[in-house]
Amino acid sequence: MESFLQTLIAGLLLGGLYALIGIGMTLIMGVMKIINLAHGELMMVGMYIAFWMFTLFGIDPYLSVFIASPILFFLGIFIQKFLINPVLKVDSILPENQVILTVGIGMVLANLATIFFKSDYRATPVSYATSAWYLSDYWENAPIDLSLSVPWTVSFVIAVAITIALWFFLSKTDSGKSIRATAQDLDSALLMGVNVKLMRVVTFGLGSALVGAAGCLFIPIYYLFPSMGGQFTLIAFVITILGGLGSTNGAIFGGLILGIFESMTATYVGMGWAPVGRFLIFVAALIFLPGGMASLLKKKRIGK
Amino acid sequence: MKKYLPLIVLAFLAVLPLVGLSSYMLHMVILVIMWSAVGMAWNLLAGYCGQVSFGHAAYFGVGAYTSGILYYQLKLSPWWGIPISIVVVTGFSFLLGLIVLRLRGPFFALATLAMGEMMRVSAENLNWLTGGNIGILIQERTWIDKTYYYYIILAIATATFLVVKYLMQSKIGYYFVAIREDQDAAESLGIDTTWYKTIALCISGALTGIAGAFYTNYMGYIDPHVVFALHDISIVTIMIVMVGGVATLLGPFVGAIIMVFLAELVRSIPGLGVAHQTFFGILLILIIIFLPNGIVGDFQKIKRLFKVGGAYK
Amino acid sequence: MSLLEIRNVSKLFGGLAASSNVSFTIQKGEILGLIGPNGAGKTTLFNIVDGVYPPTKGQVLFKGQVISGMKPHQICKLGLARTFQVVKPLQRMSVLDNVIASAFLRAKNKAEAVEIAMETIRFTGLEEDKDVISRGLPLGKRKKLEIARALATQPELLLLDESFAGLNHSELNESIEIIKSIKARGITIMIIEHHMKVIMSISDRIVVINYGQKIAEGIPQEIRNNPLVIEAYLGE
Repeated sequence: MESFLQTLIAGLLLGGLYALIGIGMTLIMGVMKIINLAHGELMMVGMYIAFWMFTLFGIDPYLSVFIASPILFFLGIFIQKFLINPVLKVDSILPENQVILTVGIGMVLANLATIFFKSDYRATPVSYATSAWYLSDYWENAPIDLSLSVPWTVSFVIAVAITIALWFFLSKTDSGKSIRATAQDLDSALLMGVNVKLMRVVTFGLGSALVGAAGCLFIPIYYLFPSMGGQFTLIAFVITILGGLGSTNGAIFGGLILGIFESMTATYVGMGWAPVGRFLIFVAALIFLPGGMASLLKKKRIGK
Repeated sequence: MKKYLPLIVLAFLAVLPLVGLSSYMLHMVILVIMWSAVGMAWNLLAGYCGQVSFGHAAYFGVGAYTSGILYYQLKLSPWWGIPISIVVVTGFSFLLGLIVLRLRGPFFALATLAMGEMMRVSAENLNWLTGGNIGILIQERTWIDKTYYYYIILAIATATFLVVKYLMQSKIGYYFVAIREDQDAAESLGIDTTWYKTIALCISGALTGIAGAFYTNYMGYIDPHVVFALHDISIVTIMIVMVGGVATLLGPFVGAIIMVFLAELVRSIPGLGVAHQTFFGILLILIIIFLPNGIVGDFQKIKRLFKVGGAYK
Repeated sequence: MSLLEIRNVSKLFGGLAASSNVSFTIQKGEILGLIGPNGAGKTTLFNIVDGVYPPTKGQVLFKGQVISGMKPHQICKLGLARTFQVVKPLQRMSVLDNVIASAFLRAKNKAEAVEIAMETIRFTGLEEDKDVISRGLPLGKRKKLEIARALATQPELLLLDESFAGLNHSELNESIEIIKSIKARGITIMIIEHHMKVIMSISDRIVVINYGQKIAEGIPQEIRNNPLVIEAYLGE
């Protein structure tokens, strides 16, 4: 029971971080209708920023969120404006050219990281990396004692905070509403006078900034190497499918489900199989839940 | 002239080893031909039928492991892998198709990518079957002289070329292109789109699998990271066809020549070797922006470009 | 027995009824006009008949066989072809190849497919454009290509979705002639059209729908004087 709860909570914490990665991708997918296969590589860039900020200047990775996110925001804008936009106008046999283009971008980013930073695995030796807190510290007569890693908990809390802030931005501000309008119905958005071109650029920047922030949150708990991006691109994609394409709420659920499922697979089946669990859930989502979690959420609303 | 081009190319390749290539050059040409075969197989599914696969390493790897496992587990000659992989990979592609062919466009692309990765992770973990990360080593090589391997892969590639060419002139070819151009319209014209996409996937997969089985025999060693590689197989396959020409018969061959020799050239330049991925990434980006249909597909565009240059003189 | 029977068909989209309880039949050899104001659910009805959507309730019978629930390609094989309101040419194929692709449905080999395709192309007056890549065609010819492609599947019933919209005067007359000669070949036609004059002149019978419901059915003369129909159009 104790190990089950421990696994569940570890999965939940991981899922919160996954959700942040997934939201970035799903936002871009919703507005641009393309899959950004360089998503994980953008996260890797964010992680290197946090890593060097810590190594060179001793800046805590959590503070680097405020450095990495703006940098990635502009990197995202650059990519969308100068690489993706031109391709949207090119006529070609395969419409998937845009997706293949993002693969090219990812390759360049990963390889540049290898050139500049070597392909070494790096860890960031923050002082609190291995510290943990116990449930019994705060609740003396707790029926079950759980130990939780401090950096995992902090990262999770920040991820939740960022998600809430994003939710406010998307639902309460004019720019946020414009982004959602563009994602839902391009024609109506154009009729309403939304500057769709600008929204696309901003969304790509925003999605990049989010995954950059996620990178900073992963730094205290995860090791870093240049070719790590591909794995996270896949994770983001699985979450997006699981959550329902373009749905931010779906992505949150998708992230949590995936986190818990992976954590369970790692504990009860074996460490090496966690990625297989990821794909199994992906396949299951494709077959049984083609609209993702978003379709379930919608059904419930109509039922009411 | 254009009609006989494939024959001329074949005749040239058939006599090429007679001029006395070094073992190293022969190796390069074998790689070119192998990649042409894989590129043509991918092109059938993606270029002609419009189902862009990001996971062709799955078929390549299953083909390679069919050979490897026959040798490693059943002590058979790995050459049996070539005929047997046709059956195994066709069955595998059919099952995979049941899942991925429900999806359209970019979602199909991503699902195939995930499948390729899933196969790699499975091969890493199924130690009892695949030997896991240690891989499979073929201890006794059939020939030392690479010429034999050369003619075998040339025969495989020629067969692949003929299969693709024949299919594309038949009813199936028309149906593939109709599906690529507009799936809804194709369906309304009485085309069972799911079935024909499955055929495209199975043939493409099987042709790729044969190349994989050849790879095991030729290289004598496979492991999950090599034969199920995302970048070095799935993405390289896409690049070969993108560079050479999507939905053209000779595009994959042109693309394979460029990619194999370019890769070797870039790797051999001191200081630039580590950057070969950057180099290819930029090449891919440039091709997509400026020559979206590849060198063969946009040949008229390239010719015009040079003509315009001439007019300004 | 009627060729096509639509029996109490309803289609809901997330609680909204695009068709509700529609019933009518088409007899062999006639031209049935399907009219109604914009958004009345005409194309939805086509999509249900042709198998793009399964109906939420009710059935569609073709030659006495229930076809609702079948896929479009199966329905096409039974002898029911359609055109799309928003034309869907196979963009990078030539006009001839477009038609060959659909002629393969009945042809035993390629030579026969080419023969059927050429015959259809001559019939629809696209002969001069047969080698043009179809996305380069002007709209009028693309509409004709839609008809040619549907005809090449050798249907018994042809559904035409606004094949006249956007045509100029001479193209319009040409298309009317084509439709009349299709009928002369014994092919039954159901046609959606906004152009009142055209629909009144070529249809044997007309069904009017509004808000997804059938509000009138009869020969053109009756429809013209039906107060419900007049109200539906004036209210638009």
